[in-house]
Amino acid sequence: MTLLETKNLTRAFGGVVAVNNVDFQCEKGEVTGLIGPNGAGKTTFFNDITGLDKPTCGRVIFDGEDITGLPPYRIARKGIARTFQNIRLFKELTVIENVLIGLHFKLGGNPRFVAGMRSFLFMGKEREEMVERAYRALDFLGMSDKANELAKNLPYGHQRELEIARALASDPKLIFLDEPAAGMNPNETASLVGLIRRIKDKGISIVLIEHDMKLVMTICDSIVVLNYGNKIASGTPEQVRSNPLVIRAYLGGEGND
Amino acid sequence: MNFVLLILIYTCLFSFMALGQNVITGYGGMLSLCQAGFYAIGSYSVAILTTKFSFGFWPALLVGVAVAVVVGILIGLPTLRLKGDYLAIATLGLGEIIRNVINNWQSLTNGPMGIQRIPMLSFFGYRINPYLNKAGFLLMLVVILTICALLVLRLSKTRIGRALEAVREDELAALSAGINSTVYKVLAFSIGAALASIGGGFYSVLTLSISPGTYTFMMSVIVLCMVVLGGMGNVLGVFLGALIIQIISYLPELLNLTNLIPPQLKEMLFGIILVVMMIFRPEGILGRSKRHKFERGGV
Amino acid sequence: MVANVICPVRIAALHAPCRQGFFGIMASFFQHFINGITLGGVYALVALGYTMVYGILKFINFAHGDILMWGSYVGLFTYNAIRGSAGPGAFSIFAFFVAMLVSCVFCALLGMSVERVAYKPLRKAERLAPLLSAIGVSYFLSNAAQLLFGTQSRKMDYPFDNSPISFLSVSITPHQLMVLAVSAASMAFLIFFINKTKTGKAIRATSLDQDAAALMGINPDRIISVTFAIGSVFAAIAGMLVSLDIKIYATMGMMLGMKAFVAAVVGGIGDIAGAVLGGIMLGLLETFGIAVLHIPVGYKDSIAFVVLILILIVKPSGILGKNIREKV
Repeated sequence: MTLLETKNLTRAFGGVVAVNNVDFQCEKGEVTGLIGPNGAGKTTFFNDITGLDKPTCGRVIFDGEDITGLPPYRIARKGIARTFQNIRLFKELTVIENVLIGLHFKLGGNPRFVAGMRSFLFMGKEREEMVERAYRALDFLGMSDKANELAKNLPYGHQRELEIARALASDPKLIFLDEPAAGMNPNETASLVGLIRRIKDKGISIVLIEHDMKLVMTICDSIVVLNYGNKIASGTPEQVRSNPLVIRAYLGGEGND
Repeated sequence: MNFVLLILIYTCLFSFMALGQNVITGYGGMLSLCQAGFYAIGSYSVAILTTKFSFGFWPALLVGVAVAVVVGILIGLPTLRLKGDYLAIATLGLGEIIRNVINNWQSLTNGPMGIQRIPMLSFFGYRINPYLNKAGFLLMLVVILTICALLVLRLSKTRIGRALEAVREDELAALSAGINSTVYKVLAFSIGAALASIGGGFYSVLTLSISPGTYTFMMSVIVLCMVVLGGMGNVLGVFLGALIIQIISYLPELLNLTNLIPPQLKEMLFGIILVVMMIFRPEGILGRSKRHKFERGGV
Repeated sequence: MVANVICPVRIAALHAPCRQGFFGIMASFFQHFINGITLGGVYALVALGYTMVYGILKFINFAHGDILMWGSYVGLFTYNAIRGSAGPGAFSIFAFFVAMLVSCVFCALLGMSVERVAYKPLRKAERLAPLLSAIGVSYFLSNAAQLLFGTQSRKMDYPFDNSPISFLSVSITPHQLMVLAVSAASMAFLIFFINKTKTGKAIRATSLDQDAAALMGINPDRIISVTFAIGSVFAAIAGMLVSLDIKIYATMGMMLGMKAFVAAVVGGIGDIAGAVLGGIMLGLLETFGIAVLHIPVGYKDSIAFVVLILILIVKPSGILGKNIREKV
């Protein structure tokens, strides 16, 4: 079953077309890889789906619902969580507070304002429940012992993991990981592979941008390749690996880095 | 003694503004420069309603707070999308617009002449004469200020405060985590406006006559200075900052040196304080409050 | 304090009586246009300082208006000292331009020192820090001026006879002509400087990417200093031009500075052409707002901020500004 689908998704900045007419599908419960050379439009594509950027035209359909152009907080509440290429944590907040922010809308209730006032007047009950959930999210990453440290004091690898914990806290249906292995050493990458598998086992679908080909090829169920904003290939890792267009985009052709 | 009481009273009045600034800038990370404008709204609401419409002080104060909140929301919605520097100028402009309106809306505000003969306030049936009973006035202010401070502290520890701080730290990440940042920014801005307005209302019944010359941009800068000095995001720091700045303000009078120390010198000192604090101790004297510890299974 | 600020158009406006008929309407349109563009020229000069500094350091130099004020005081004293008791005429005009030169040098030094002392240590600090520091500098400078020069305002006398010249019932004062000529010349010089000289190119490179510029052998410290110097020189020129028409006092720079900043934002901050366009637009809007839309004069200073809020809602990057998106 298709969980997320884009139809003719296009984003142009003036004359530069960063994402061009991309049809993309991601199946429920699968890991979908999104690869392509630097500047291929991968992050823009992520931003257009998650609402940080508005597509010029095209549709985004998530779980049967058109979410094109919704503000990012609404999209998040529909069950799409994400991490960022350059880590974006709430640095002056503690580890567990970062996760609690990820849970923020989950324990809102309706109407949200009333829920806010209720938490203002009667802090205790709701908080215990939230803290427990946040701890469970940290357990999943094995970070519970660092719960009360400031996020900015964590080592780099843990900061990346914390971002994932924050995204997982709200039990999303789909999580976007933007280059989670960037800057990691082989050991850290290996444990990242385990982590992504465990996320998948929880029934959460994953879309992954990654430059580490070994990681992508081991873990992805299907792969989409972007080059200069165009989708040039899609399919299983084997199909993509042997696709001549992909090989050209990565190894030769004009304007490569 | 009377003079010391007066300094403490002013410390409290400024603390209302600084407490609001702390919510806006300390928690919310938004550099607003119009606390004086909201202070003016509170002052004028009380002055106008009590002199022209025979309101009692307390209902007038409530109306003043409501007006400040409404203005805060109306202005906040379009401007709070702006980043730091733009917001500073826009709010600075708002402060000037408020003063412009007060100066020009003669029929309501009496223009540059200001409003005189504001009736004194009664507190649970006791009439508090600000000239004769400074201690009583101060006590009342301390009580109300403490309540406000406790509410702000509590707010900072709930999900509302946490969301606000997340927006300050990284708005895009907060948005992606499902937080509607505009709501929290406008909320913080309105709370700041409301607190300043309360301070302004009390100012009217302290001096019993007000004029637009009081509510200048300089006043907003001094309030900002207090928060920066004491420590942004620290309620105790706000009071400390307010107290230190008020003491510096009245130092010449306290030491009987008004002939030797011109008033501009202390104003220059405020400017230096801002620069020096930013370079050497940007977190303020007390720094940000310690984070709350969340333990498993308990709070 | 700031209510009576700046109106280089005041004198000429008095010579714009009610006119009727098509010709009359055209004449009064041109009259307001001249008045507005003169006012706008001054805003544009000040706005250039904001926009150049913003282009490189991405922050508002809050003290810019106060540098202008200091320049006006220094210019005034120099002017009076050289001129002595001479009446309007060639010698006074000479004295005025010498004073402007002195004021420019003074402001350049002041601008560079402010940058060195209050902003340079904060280049790597978080966003609010330099802004707060700049507010501190601004507060310091204006109060220092008040302490040294007193609270009463001073007037600079015209170095020439300022009776308006009429042409087809549109009148323009020599002062307005000077404002237009000097601001046009300054802007032309700036555009030449930025586009054609080596230093100008280095400034542009630094504002695009400071690290890359440094790797190319450009010394960012020096370029930032030069930028502050140029911005401050423009403030000095603007200060001398307006000082003939308004009084000089310690907080004169604040409202003028804020409006000029608004002009820079409206045009598109960081963009030199944008600052000029924004300045002229703001001058025209203020003049036409009062003369044509009958906005009460008391609300004149509010026009700029209403415009600011509107433009930020409609096009936050300003008219000529490019959309700068936060990198995600």
